[in-house]
Amino acid sequence: MLLIPCPWCGPRDEIEFRYGGEAHVAYPADPPVVDDLELARYIFYRGNPKGRFQERWVHQQGCRRWFNLVRDTVTHEIAGSYLPGQEPPA
Amino acid sequence: MMRRLAGGGLIDRSSKLEVRVDGVSVSAHPGDTLASAALAAGGWLQSTSTVHGRPRGIMSAGAEEASALVQVEAPWSEPLVAAPAVEIPLQGLAASTLPGLRGRLTGDDEARHDRRHAHCDVLVVGAGQAGTAAAREAAGRGARVIVADRDFLPVDVDGDQVTVLIRTTAVGSYDDNFVVLVQRLSPERRRVWHVRAGEVVIATGAYERPLVFPGNDRPGVMLAGALRTYRERFAVAPERPAVFTNNDAGLDVARTLDAIVIDLRRGRTVVGTEAGPGGLAAVLVAPIDAPADAERVECDVLGVSGGFDPVLDLHRHRRGPVRWDDRRACFVPDGALPGQRVVGSAAGEGLPEVAAGWLLPGEEAAAYVDLHRDVTVADLRRAVNAGLSSIEHVKRYTLAGTGADQGRTAKTNASAISAELLGQRAGDVGTTTTRPPVEPVPFAVLAGRARGDRFDPVRTTPIHDWHVEQGAVFEDVGQWKRPWFYPRDSEDMDAAVLRECAAAREAVAMMDASTLGKIDVQGPDAAEFLNRLYTNAMDTLKVGRGRYFLMCRADGMVFDDGVALRLADDRFLTTTTTGNAAAVLDWMEEWLQTEWPDLRVHLTSVTEQLATVAVVGPRARDLLAPLVPDLDLSAEGFPFMAAHDAAVGGLAARIARVSFSGELAFEVTVPGFHGLELWRTLWASGEPFGVTAYGTETMHVLRAEKGYVIVGQETDGTVTPLDLGMDWIVSKAKDFVGKRALRRTDTTRADRKQLVGLLPIDPHVRLPEGAQLVDVDSAPPAAMIGHVTSSYHSAALGRTFALAMVRRGSERHGETVYAPLPEGTFPATIADPVLFDPQGARRDG
Repeated sequence: MLLIPCPWCGPRDEIEFRYGGEAHVAYPADPPVVDDLELARYIFYRGNPKGRFQERWVHQQGCRRWFNLVRDTVTHEIAGSYLPGQEPPA
Repeated sequence: MMRRLAGGGLIDRSSKLEVRVDGVSVSAHPGDTLASAALAAGGWLQSTSTVHGRPRGIMSAGAEEASALVQVEAPWSEPLVAAPAVEIPLQGLAASTLPGLRGRLTGDDEARHDRRHAHCDVLVVGAGQAGTAAAREAAGRGARVIVADRDFLPVDVDGDQVTVLIRTTAVGSYDDNFVVLVQRLSPERRRVWHVRAGEVVIATGAYERPLVFPGNDRPGVMLAGALRTYRERFAVAPERPAVFTNNDAGLDVARTLDAIVIDLRRGRTVVGTEAGPGGLAAVLVAPIDAPADAERVECDVLGVSGGFDPVLDLHRHRRGPVRWDDRRACFVPDGALPGQRVVGSAAGEGLPEVAAGWLLPGEEAAAYVDLHRDVTVADLRRAVNAGLSSIEHVKRYTLAGTGADQGRTAKTNASAISAELLGQRAGDVGTTTTRPPVEPVPFAVLAGRARGDRFDPVRTTPIHDWHVEQGAVFEDVGQWKRPWFYPRDSEDMDAAVLRECAAAREAVAMMDASTLGKIDVQGPDAAEFLNRLYTNAMDTLKVGRGRYFLMCRADGMVFDDGVALRLADDRFLTTTTTGNAAAVLDWMEEWLQTEWPDLRVHLTSVTEQLATVAVVGPRARDLLAPLVPDLDLSAEGFPFMAAHDAAVGGLAARIARVSFSGELAFEVTVPGFHGLELWRTLWASGEPFGVTAYGTETMHVLRAEKGYVIVGQETDGTVTPLDLGMDWIVSKAKDFVGKRALRRTDTTRADRKQLVGLLPIDPHVRLPEGAQLVDVDSAPPAAMIGHVTSSYHSAALGRTFALAMVRRGSERHGETVYAPLPEGTFPATIADPVLFDPQGARRDG
């Protein structure tokens, strides 16, 4: 079970969190004008890399806040967490 | 034959215990295990093997036991338990041997198992020499230490911050040093520990493995190290031992026991064994290059040592790397995982060098690799000859290593012998995957206290006790207990529901609507926020008014519906579907935090703070009027979707004209604390009018007669507002989440399933919900064009009816479709989904 560094609460057990999928998939700025492909990319297309992955989590059973995490999908090693709008850690 | 020595051992001879094995009394001392007591009494816990029915007995002195797996019958019940790992409790141990190793589950485990969570700086697993040293070192520098050891011998580590857990097995190792321990608190009770450790020290030692030769499975053949353990710890020893070894550790045991030595390194091997009274009579020993020249060597017990395997389960659970060590002939850790150390013999330290050669001469069909699964060298050869070259495939083909003992003493032999048969070097075929748990853990132990009533939280409304008093039958909706219907006398559900429906349509009826999710939305941007999420506009809603809304996912599919009441310019009270309340709050918070952090809005769940009673029916006004003398309840003075704060029988309440039945209805909301009092007050006021309580089933019928959908019943995540024929609620003027998706090629297809009403031609036939619909009354195959989503008997319509999702359904009203069911094919006519009071004439009473 992962030990996830919540940027507000510190390290907490994975069971306190909910997974939110790939990070940095922004809602279209002006949805009415996007074409079908662009819309599909927002709704359906997600990366599934082997290795380093920027993903979203929410501290559901804690502060209930969303944040981003960099995690290795193979080793489950966590490089760090960062707030929405911030740059990911190196 | 083994017997107890006159002195020595770590047993308390001053005290005697009784054990029953297969119904026969065996005497033991505190400090004994079931296996040592049986051996001291001259027995082997002899039973028969799984497949071949061969006699088998105790072959080890620990948890690696592959043969002596017994059924513990008292004081707890558990199948296939390794007898050498069963401590003799102070009283009442009963066990039986298992012919064919067929364990049985008996009765319910009612013991109060429990669970603890713990954090520590250092978790040491295994309290042998290396583990004890590591724990002392950590304790010495002031670390918080947990030492866990599977055995019941005392552990000599002290310190203020040291927790010593004996009789405790680490059963699984997970990400970020999360380790699960199972501790035996008493014979019956166990505790599961969830430990998060800064550092994990794996000091789990090594298991000795046998040599594989003909007749190596007979009672009397056991691991050499086990012979030493039985002698030194339990003071049980053979009279005439022999030791067959390929390493110095075996030789050492032979010296201790004064045993005959058969040393593979000197070119001598065992080609057969003979049974004798209480063990063996003799073994047949021959030169390895002339196996036919066997001589008979008399002995009662044969200790065997084929080398040692580090116990790396915890390391391997997390895919810790291992490498093959040629000299010691075993897999050793190839570096540790972050935050972990492997120490002592688990790391290969101090393990003896082993002579080369795995395949010994002699009858391969009598040379056992896996005693538990009855797998012989002949079986491995058959697997390899069948073309299998991966150890994982050999394992699945032969079942070697798949027994309850998880092949602890068999795995390396199986791998190395397979390699030799393939013409490869030992280690080249690798080892099989190791997964938790290390030893079987009963489900009852994992469940702990979370069983029966404590399995899942139960949520009840403030009015629950009244429902119970009235004999309501309850339905689970998520974690909520909701009244389903209120049977009177000997009524069945159908009769009760028809009566409840009639009361709501003809007089007045009450329902406890407190379970509906409620979210308080506050802030200067509240209206803008709801505008962006709901399909219809909220900024145009006047204070004191409510509006029904739909909410979609970004893909345009209906996600939830409810009613939003505007309490102030900057404050809304919104409802959610009962089962969806948490998901809706999460969804709203996600948008607020991740996409629109600039919006000044706060969301608060107030579901449990409020109790709501729906007063429904043409006489609802008559019921309510005496309680609110100053309030104008007329259709003009209190129009549909208006809300007023008022004292109802002295209780501060909010009354809203919201209807989920098509009837005149008032929803009265009070703080949860006053819920039951409100209900009783309303009920008393309604008694002159024959007020009737109704449950969720009646609510469903009433709403379905009006074609009102239930999210999650008519919808399943693939249904848009347009599919439901609810274009009227989809704003043309403003954008909302999911709006763009309603113009996708797929969501605009003409042949999408659309909501319709369905009237079975036979008005007594109630189609099952979920029934598929086809176009033709003929034998299959036929294309499925839709399915039934809701289906009821209607008191108001005097017949059965259904709601369904049907391809192109909105343009097919009047046509006939068929529901092919096991008991026949039933025709039904497609109709408008609003089957009752299509003009909406009843809403104002």
